[in-house]
Parts: sequence; structure tokens; C-alpha cells
Amino acid sequence: MAGTTLTTSSTSRATPGPGKPPTPRRPKRTPDSLMGTVAKIVLLGFVDAIAVFVMFQLVASAEWLILAICVVVTAVVNWIYLRSDGLPAKYLAPGVFFLLLFQVFVMVFSTYIAFTNYGDGHNSSKADAIESIQLSAQERVPDSPQYAASVLEKGGDLYLLVTAPDGAVKLGGNDQPLQDATASTTGPTGAAAGVEGYTTLDFATLLQRQQQIAELKVPISDDAEDGSLRTADGSTAYVYKPKLSYDAAADTFTDTTTGTVYRDSGEGTFAAADGTELATGWKINVGLDNFTRAFTDPNLQGPLLQVVLWTFAFALLSVASTFALGLFLAIVFNRADLRGKKIYRVLMILPYAFPAFLSGLVWSGLLNPEFGFINNALLGGAQIPWLTDPVLAKVSVLVVNLWLGYPYMFLVCTGALQSLPEDVEEAARMDGAGAWRIFRAIKLPLLLVSLTPLLISSFAFNFNNFNVIYMLTGGGPRFDGTTFDIGGTDILITMVYKIAFGAGTGRDYGLASALAIIIFIIVAVVSAISFRQTKSLEEINR
Amino acid sequence: MKNTTDGRALVSRRSFALGAFGTSAALMLAACGGGTSTTAPSSNPASTGAAKSTSATLTLWVDAERSPALKQIAAKFKDEKGIAVKLVVKDFAAVRDDFITQAPTGKGPDVLVGPHDWLGKLVQNGVVAPLQLGDKASQFAESSIQAMTYEGQVYGLPYSIENVALVRNTSLSAEPLKTFDEVVAAGRKAVSGGKAKYPFLVGLDPKQADPYHTYPLQTSFGAPVFAQMSDGSYDGTKVIMDNAGGIKFAEFLAKNGDKGTKVFNSNITGDIAKEKFLAGQSAYFLTGPWNIPDIQKKGIKFVVDPLPTAGDQPAQPFIGVNGFFISSKSKNTLAATEFVVNYLSQETAQDALFKTGGRPPALTSSFEKASSDPVVKAFGEIGANGVPMPAVPAMDAVWADWGGTELDLIKGKEANPGAAWKKMVATINKKI
Repeated sequence: MAGTTLTTSSTSRATPGPGKPPTPRRPKRTPDSLMGTVAKIVLLGFVDAIAVFVMFQLVASAEWLILAICVVVTAVVNWIYLRSDGLPAKYLAPGVFFLLLFQVFVMVFSTYIAFTNYGDGHNSSKADAIESIQLSAQERVPDSPQYAASVLEKGGDLYLLVTAPDGAVKLGGNDQPLQDATASTTGPTGAAAGVEGYTTLDFATLLQRQQQIAELKVPISDDAEDGSLRTADGSTAYVYKPKLSYDAAADTFTDTTTGTVYRDSGEGTFAAADGTELATGWKINVGLDNFTRAFTDPNLQGPLLQVVLWTFAFALLSVASTFALGLFLAIVFNRADLRGKKIYRVLMILPYAFPAFLSGLVWSGLLNPEFGFINNALLGGAQIPWLTDPVLAKVSVLVVNLWLGYPYMFLVCTGALQSLPEDVEEAARMDGAGAWRIFRAIKLPLLLVSLTPLLISSFAFNFNNFNVIYMLTGGGPRFDGTTFDIGGTDILITMVYKIAFGAGTGRDYGLASALAIIIFIIVAVVSAISFRQTKSLEEINR
Repeated sequence: MKNTTDGRALVSRRSFALGAFGTSAALMLAACGGGTSTTAPSSNPASTGAAKSTSATLTLWVDAERSPALKQIAAKFKDEKGIAVKLVVKDFAAVRDDFITQAPTGKGPDVLVGPHDWLGKLVQNGVVAPLQLGDKASQFAESSIQAMTYEGQVYGLPYSIENVALVRNTSLSAEPLKTFDEVVAAGRKAVSGGKAKYPFLVGLDPKQADPYHTYPLQTSFGAPVFAQMSDGSYDGTKVIMDNAGGIKFAEFLAKNGDKGTKVFNSNITGDIAKEKFLAGQSAYFLTGPWNIPDIQKKGIKFVVDPLPTAGDQPAQPFIGVNGFFISSKSKNTLAATEFVVNYLSQETAQDALFKTGGRPPALTSSFEKASSDPVVKAFGEIGANGVPMPAVPAMDAVWADWGGTELDLIKGKEANPGAAWKKMVATINKKI
């Protein structure tokens, strides 16, 4: 069917009337070329096919919300491209779609996480946690025998045929306590394998029914307190007794030996009256807890303030130092009469060509107090603790970042300098202005008009300059008086990383997301204010 | 004229819509067709009889190093049980956290390989299922089963044990020695003889020191990190290393640090220490089996000595046990249990894993076979005295403070080592 339609469409498109006079007035929208139409059909068909395939997967895994979104998005995409109007939408749709998927969704999701306690110990849903606790609570009764087992079936129900070490053969099922049985067949090891009237399941069948087998629980006697037989692999069975029993109605776990009751503590864990918690918890919404914690927890408050101050200092000083050096070099190498300019410029740009994390690691080695090149070769064996002294570590980070960052400033300043009109400079010189005066009063203001937006983005970049900090000092040296693994050169983003993924404390995605949102707000506000300033700068120059 | 244009546009639009629909329908059918044919065996209960064509596939996360050894065992499993084992090679450093994040979504593997000290976090996040080894447990080294036990339950099948030992360059020091002082004295003799530069090497981190490597020296003062309970597991709620032995150890570190004998040098990282030992610049190197292949390659004549004691008690290293864990979210628990408990516990499997990894096997019979190599034998014997690295989730917090304080002690920053040590223990106890 697809083939026929395609042919019709192509014939109808491919035969323009012979000798058709040129249209004097162009219609609002000219029909697409044949190639364009075919490409459009194939692309849209491809998108739809993928969408439908995804939808089937979603139906299979019962993800109804995502399915609904998927259907709506596919319908909208088809509507946009199948109608003749709305050309802007056709251009914007892919961009908007990816913006929603990769930016907005991520932000919405981080925001959602910031209001939960997602992290170590609060990893999944409550149902998962209960299931997991029950699984771990199944303990083998000490010194109980190991049984050889076979799984039998009768009328759809599963039974466990076991042979005790002493040779006794017994049979039982769910809620049917073990009873003596007579084996009709035996397996290669001499254990009972079959009983008259029951079908013995082979390994392939076991695999297909493994969920049922995992739930098969055969009481060893009429007294439930004695425990029950379970098999994990279909060939051996052990007597288990739960250490904790779950009461679904009351939503509590009870320790079967001590009688301690663990209740939902409201914090995503089951806790006893004395505060002891079961190891596995679940994810809950905690409202603004993560935000208040960041500002009130004495363990976090002090370090956070220091980190925020240092982050600002680091970003501002980095921008200032790289800009100053970059601009200076740009002016020096911009002289028309300088020979070998190109070679110098290439050399200047080299640090820019190395990946920042690699440079960070290399510098970390160069700055090793005893074996590093700086102390060893340049400073004649001095033992300067570049990376472990709180003040020196900050200096080292700034210097290394200067080394990494000035080529960029050098590049943009060179470009901006070359675009400045030369007559202005000439006029100033005629009026008797010196080089410094020309730079101060003419070149710099003109440069700033085009460079300020870049300086702002450079600030935003350095504000989140993870590579340099993490690879050079790892954020150290550590602060005293906090249990978090945060140190003197940590900036906000490395702190967030350490809280979310790092060692030192458990991972806490909720708190990390909350801090990430705070970073976003800071950067957004600083950028907004700066851009407004830039606008006034432009007006002055006009 | 206008009509023609519009008419053509109309035709083309309609045909375009039809074409698009047709193409997507065709592609969709193709996609579904492919899908149906592959899923048919599993969804069709009639195919139960075909034992060798079960559709169950186990997914196993493994690092690049161990993957080749597991391939043979996986092939055997496929042959005998008809279940394919898909080995997914992952970056080792990311495995634990990826597994914790992905398991609840149902996207994680059925089985994963990892060291035992992940257990605390895996249990805390409810992603690992207990394992019943039954009679098989007795075939493994006791310490390895102990390591795989967390809160009274066994969660993993061990396959290798690793720990540090003292590697001695026999051309620089001929005799095995017992105490740390003797070792350092012998090391110094090699230095003063002009043959070596360092009396003793141990890799430390200039930012964090290394409590793992120095732990045997600490235990020789009688200062274990946690109290061990009767079943060998740790009481992770209280750090007890601020006892008299711990204070002595703190003083010992300060005495041998930058302001003292300079035996410990926090600027010597693991890499630098290895480089210096390979260059023959020291008679002694406190390290683990991971550096042995390079030492052998370099042609250095060495033996593996028992760990020297600095105090009056035996030097117990931490042991790290690698093993296999089953996901609590696995849909193939029966197949996974069969593979882990009944296949990976076989001697051939443990032998193969030993061949690629070179670590003493956890299975006793495999270890005995591997012990024909004196290096493996020595590491194994030292490990038999060791204690499993604590797996409690609080351990992450302990390492950071512990390392930081050891670093300050070595650098001579603490005027009163005992007080600094006590303060550290108090901070750690506050955290856990």
C-alpha cells in the first residue's frame, strides 16, 4: 500500500505542465520539490515508526503516563508537519522538543528530587523497600538440614519433593505442611525425583515458573513457628524462618524473636520506638527540608558559607586574571610590526588545546611537594605544600586556572581588537594622547562593549569550573568541624558532586539537587544583573 | 492558474499524508514483525518441552579484567542449562552506584561482580538478595564467607581474597624479619650501603594518607577499627580504635613521620612507591598482589614476607573479598542462583578466575592448587590472619576522617598525637 501511494504522489508531483507560463504572483506557499516531499515522508514515517515501537514497549511495561505523553507528542509532531500552514512551527518543533527533553525535563526532575530524600538508604519505593526487607529477613534456621529438592506440579499448583540427609522423602506445597511420601523415581544422586500422580518439572519449566517457585513456601510442620522450606535453585531446599514479619494492615514489621515493632517513621524508614531503623528505607517527599538543612544544619551551614564565598572569589578572580593576562598579550601580539606573530599566537593558545581535566591531573603531579617539577627543578628542592596548605591551595588553583583560561581571553581579545576602527586610534594620537591614555579611554571601553557578555559567560563557566578543582586538589584540604568531605578549595559544584556521588558520606541526591537549584539561582541572578549593566554600557557608547 | 496550484498542492498534501501514513505503517509492521518473531518462544507456553531453547538470559555486570574468565563458565552454563549469560563489561568504578540507581527501575543486571565492602550500601538500598550456600559454604575459606556476611545473612559467593603483604627485594635484604623496627633497620642498612634510597616504602595519598595500607601496623598495637561480634561481623555503630593501642599507633605515626624518622612520607603516592621499588631503591614495599605482575616483569628478585609488627600483637591486614551478588530485583532468580551457587562455586570456575586475576582463590581446593606459586601461598597465608574490611555504610565516612588524621600525624602537624587521634574517633562516632 505504501508503494502505491508513493508512486501516485510522485507521478502527480513529477509532471509539471509542459510549457506552463511562469507564475507572476508567487503563491503563499510553493509546493515542495519531489525530493523534499520524499525526504519528509520517509523522515516522518521513521519518527512515527519509532514512536509506535516505543508505545508498544510502554504498553508492555504499563507506563501509562509516559505513554500518554508519547501519544500526544507524536500527534502534535504529525499535525505540525502534515498541515500546510505554520511554517515557523516546522522549524521550531525539533528544537523545542529537544529543549523540553534535555533541558526542561532535567530541570523539572532535579527540582522534584530536591524535595525528596532520594539517596543512599532511600533508593526506591516503599513497596520495593518492604519486599527487600522481607527478602533479607528470611534466615535459614541454624543447624537445620540441607534438603535435596525437586519441584512437582499437580493441577497447576506447585509442590516441593524433598529428601532429607537421612534419606526420608517428604512432599508438601503452599499451606500444605510436609508429609511423608514414596518416591516413584529417583534422580542421579539418589534423591527422590518424582511421585505417582505428580509431574516433575524439568529445568526449562522451572525457569518459566521461577516467580512462582520463589513464592513457594512449604511449612515443615503444622506449627508455623518451625519455619518453612524454600528453594532458590530448584534442586536444594533449606528451612527458613523470617526474622521480621510484616503486617500489611498495620504497616509494621515485628521482630519475631524480640517482639520489637518497627513502624513507618515518616522519614522513609521503619523505626522502632528507641530509634533503631531497619537498614533499607525508601524515597519520600520531604518538602523544603533539604533547603532548610543547607542553611541551618550546623554541620553544613558553616562550610556552605565558606564554599559560597570562595566560589565567588574563585570565579571573579579567575575572570579578572585571565582577562587581564589575555588582553595584555593580545595587545602585545597585535602590533603590526611584530615578526613571527603567528608562531607566538599558536604557542599562546596551546594550553587551550589540552582537555582541562588532563591539565588538572598533570598540574597536580607538577605541584607534588617533594617529587613535583615545580619544587624539585624550579625551586631547588623546596618543600612547598602547594596543594595541601589552605591558602597556598587556593593560590595554586587560581594560578593553574589562569594558565588554562588565558588563551581563551587572548583569542577573543585579539578578535575584538582587530575589529576596532583604526581611525579612532589615529585621531586620538593626533590629539596627543599617549598609549596608556588611548588604551584607557578608547580601546578598553570599546572592547568591553563586545566582550562583557563573554566575561559574564566566563564568570558563569568558572562558577561551575568542576574540572580544575576536582582534578587539582579534589576540593582539599578538608575543613575541620564538619562531617562532610568538603575542603578549602571546594566550589559549589564540586561540593554538590561530592554530596551526590562522592565518598565520605552517603550519597544524598535530594540535598545535592537542592544545592544545584541554589547554584542555578545565583548564576541566573548574577547574569541577569550583569547583562542589564551591559545594556547601559552600550547606551553610553552610543 | 491559481486553481491549478491549489489543486496540485491539495493533491500533493493528501498523497503526502497517505504516503507518510503508509511509510510509518510499513516501518511499524516491520518493527513489530521483527519483535514478534524474537519474542515468540518466550511467550509461547507450548515450547516448554524444548529444554535447550529456553529464552531466559542472565545479565552479568563485570569489569574488563574478569570478563574473559567468565566467558568459559558462561559457555558451559549455556551448554548444560540452555541459559545464555550476557556479560556486560562496565567501568569498575561506576558499577556499584550504577547498580544501586538502576536496579529499582528493573534495568539492572541479574548478577554483578564486586568486592564485599559494597554490601553495606547494597543492603541499605535494598538491591541485593541473600544467598544460601548450604553445605558449599564449608568449601570456602572461612574469612571469605565471613566477609560476605552482612547482618547475619550471606549475600555473595566469594571467589578471591586480597590483602597487603610485605614485599622484600632479596638482593637488598636477605633475611625475613618480624618486627617493624628490624625491617626499618635492615632497610636503613641497605640505604647506608648506598644500594637503596628509602628504608621502607608504602604508597600514601598526599591528601588522604592511606589507612588501608597502614592498618596492619595499627592492629599490631591492638587497635581494630570496630569491635567484632562473635559471628565475625562488625558492630558498625561504634569505632573503638581510641583505646590505648590506638594512641600508641598515633604516636608511632608521628614518630615515623616528617618530623621524626621520615619512614612514612605522605608525598610518596602508590605510583611513586611502586616506581621507586621497581627501580631497586628500597628493600621493602608494603603492597598488595596488584603490583606483583609488574615487579615480576621488571625481573626484581623478591619474596613475600609476613607483615611486620610495630606493637606487641599480630599484624592483621584488611582483606578484600571479591564475589558475585544477585540482584533483589532480578526476574531470573532461579537461573541466577543456579549460575552463582552451583556453577561459579565449581573448582574450574574459581581456577579460571584465579588465572586472570592472580588473587588467591576463595575456594579452598582452588587455593591449594594455586599455592604451588609461593607468592600466592604467602599472600593467602597472610590473608588467613586478616579481618574483612568492614562493609557497613558508615565506612565511607570513617575512611575520610581516619585518612585525614593519619595524614596530619605523618606530616607532624599535631603536637599531641594522642589527642588528635581521640578527636578523630569522637568525630567519626558522631557521624555514625
